[in-house]
Amino acid sequence: MDVVFNQLFAGLSMASILLIIALGLAIIYGTMGVINLAHGEFVMLGAYATWALQNFVGLGVVTALPLVFVAVAAVGWIIEKLMVQRLYHRPLDTILATWGIGIILQQAVRLSVGAESRFVKGPELLSGNTEIGALVMSNYRLFVIAFSIFVLVGSWMLMTRTEFGTKLRAVIQNRGISECYGIESKRIYSITFAYGAGLAGIAGALITPLFSTIPTMGTGLVVDAFLVVIVGGLGSLIGAASASVLIGEATALLSAVMNDTLGRIAVLAGIIILIRFRPRGLFPSDTRN
Amino acid sequence: MKRRQFLGRVGAVGAVGMTGSLSAPALLSSTRAAFAQGDDIPVGVLFSLTGAVAVVEHTLHDATLLAIEEINAAGGVHGKQLRPIIEDPASDPATYADRARRLMIRDKCVSVFGSYTSASRQAVLPVTEQRNNLYWYPTLYEGRECSRNVMYGGAVPNQQQDDLIPWAIENFGPRFYMIGNNYVYPKEENNYCKSLLSKLGGEVVHEEYVPLGHSDFSSVINRIRAEEPDVIFATVVGDSDVAFARQYHAAELDPAKMPVISLTRSEVEVKAIGGEAAAGHFSSAPYFMGHDTPENERFVENYKARFGADQVTHFVSEAAYFQVYQFKAALEKLDPSEITPAAIRDAAVGLTLNAPQGEVLIDENLHTHLWPKIGQWQSDGQAKVLMQSEERVAPKPYAAYEGQTCTATGLVKA
Repeated sequence: MDVVFNQLFAGLSMASILLIIALGLAIIYGTMGVINLAHGEFVMLGAYATWALQNFVGLGVVTALPLVFVAVAAVGWIIEKLMVQRLYHRPLDTILATWGIGIILQQAVRLSVGAESRFVKGPELLSGNTEIGALVMSNYRLFVIAFSIFVLVGSWMLMTRTEFGTKLRAVIQNRGISECYGIESKRIYSITFAYGAGLAGIAGALITPLFSTIPTMGTGLVVDAFLVVIVGGLGSLIGAASASVLIGEATALLSAVMNDTLGRIAVLAGIIILIRFRPRGLFPSDTRN
Repeated sequence: MKRRQFLGRVGAVGAVGMTGSLSAPALLSSTRAAFAQGDDIPVGVLFSLTGAVAVVEHTLHDATLLAIEEINAAGGVHGKQLRPIIEDPASDPATYADRARRLMIRDKCVSVFGSYTSASRQAVLPVTEQRNNLYWYPTLYEGRECSRNVMYGGAVPNQQQDDLIPWAIENFGPRFYMIGNNYVYPKEENNYCKSLLSKLGGEVVHEEYVPLGHSDFSSVINRIRAEEPDVIFATVVGDSDVAFARQYHAAELDPAKMPVISLTRSEVEVKAIGGEAAAGHFSSAPYFMGHDTPENERFVENYKARFGADQVTHFVSEAAYFQVYQFKAALEKLDPSEITPAAIRDAAVGLTLNAPQGEVLIDENLHTHLWPKIGQWQSDGQAKVLMQSEERVAPKPYAAYEGQTCTATGLVKA
């Protein structure tokens, strides 16, 4: 029984990391229809930004978060202005273009910072465990879970409770009419893309104390993030949240029953079966086309 | 018309080929004369500078070049300089084979130094055997190979484990938890470990393999917590090992009660793990950067002076370094006119050399007699050598397979 509770917590922890990575991807896809294959590299940039801030400025992981968000969002904003903006009418080409951007970012980091794994120190305050009976929870993982919920709620508020969100939803529904009403859709798109990139940056910062910081770290993560977005339903925040919990818990429980390799295989097989019966994911967003 | 053109061209190519071979008969009549007859001795350096394994292979490349530069600065061999010809196989096994072929055929290298992974070594194997050339491979590996055209500088399972396993049982207990990446090296090492454990009365409480590059170890750590083994026997490599060590530390598992004993964790990984998280755990290897010998002091000093004070040396880069010196010593035994890869190999057998780890010897099976050590990681990122085997340990690449031995004539099956 103890094993089950510990695995449930492990699954939740996995889910929180997945969610925070996938959220930016879901928002960018949901609003703009851009499949951003450079998303993993935004995560990697976030990790390296954290490393740089810690090594050269002396900031801790948590205090660096706002700066990392701004820095990676700025990179996203520039990329949107330079490239993605020109491709909104050619959604398939955005896949190739963002993939190329990903390669450029990865090699740029490799050439400037180096290929070897970098060390980022975790926050002192959050080291250690919280134990409830036999359930052992790492404080840092608890923090990541809380933070991912915070980001989810924040994104939801931004979409539904602000003027920006109203404009954004208007542009999603009908870009032409929105522009007639004086909404600058280009600006809305730039900000949304930058926001999605910034979230990826935060994800990168949060995982540095747990994972290994290398230029290729984003490649595997973006695959998991896509799984979440596909299972959850493209562009749906609730979908992304429930899909990350589902995938995280399924991975944790199946790897407890079998092992990590077989658990992973079982999860992937499950996803294939799921999209056979629900091709648009668990919570497809109802858009009028 | 077209046919005549074609025939004409074939004729022309044929004629060029003929005159080419006629003007250089030495190429055909004697393969011996083709090697090292110039003012220098060409050697191939085949480590990836780009791609996935570049992080480690870059350090091997550096160590190899450092040794070549030192030898050249001291006057070379037989008054000739070693001329390194550098190729970048970009972490792709097929490219290793291709570049090795180029180095051996076009550049007429008498030896090639290269490879970190077994996959890339095995890709080069048919090339070096077909050309009867010599491939110097510095990495510890899983054994079960017995080529007459590869010089193996790293440890095989018996060299890493024969002293380690009894020591671990005595100091921590007999219950082992095996965790490794899912490929041949961890499986072969675990195989050998299990055969030792069954002799020594140890037991395996759990054995599992995670995919290469796996980065979330929370379920593994939960299982370790539940099983409460005495020893975590780890063959996790590269970034997976970094993630594993950091999460193990974050989970506050105590290295004094449940130490991770790794066959693969070196100074490179520890630098990324951070000294604090690595401290207290163990590694088994023939070399640690902090090992105290005059040869090692010189090696570390020269390496840092050449490549930067923040660089580390480790058990593979040490072998990459001393193998060049073994190559040099073998060349010195030969008359300059009779330098061929096969002659270098025969001259190398039985050679002893004061390497940074201690005096190493090349066995007639072309593996190396080494000095296995057990190191405990300290918070400054260096290992403290707790124990060194009392005598040099002979390589037995088929130790886990009864009735099979690697000998001077190749693999012998009883």
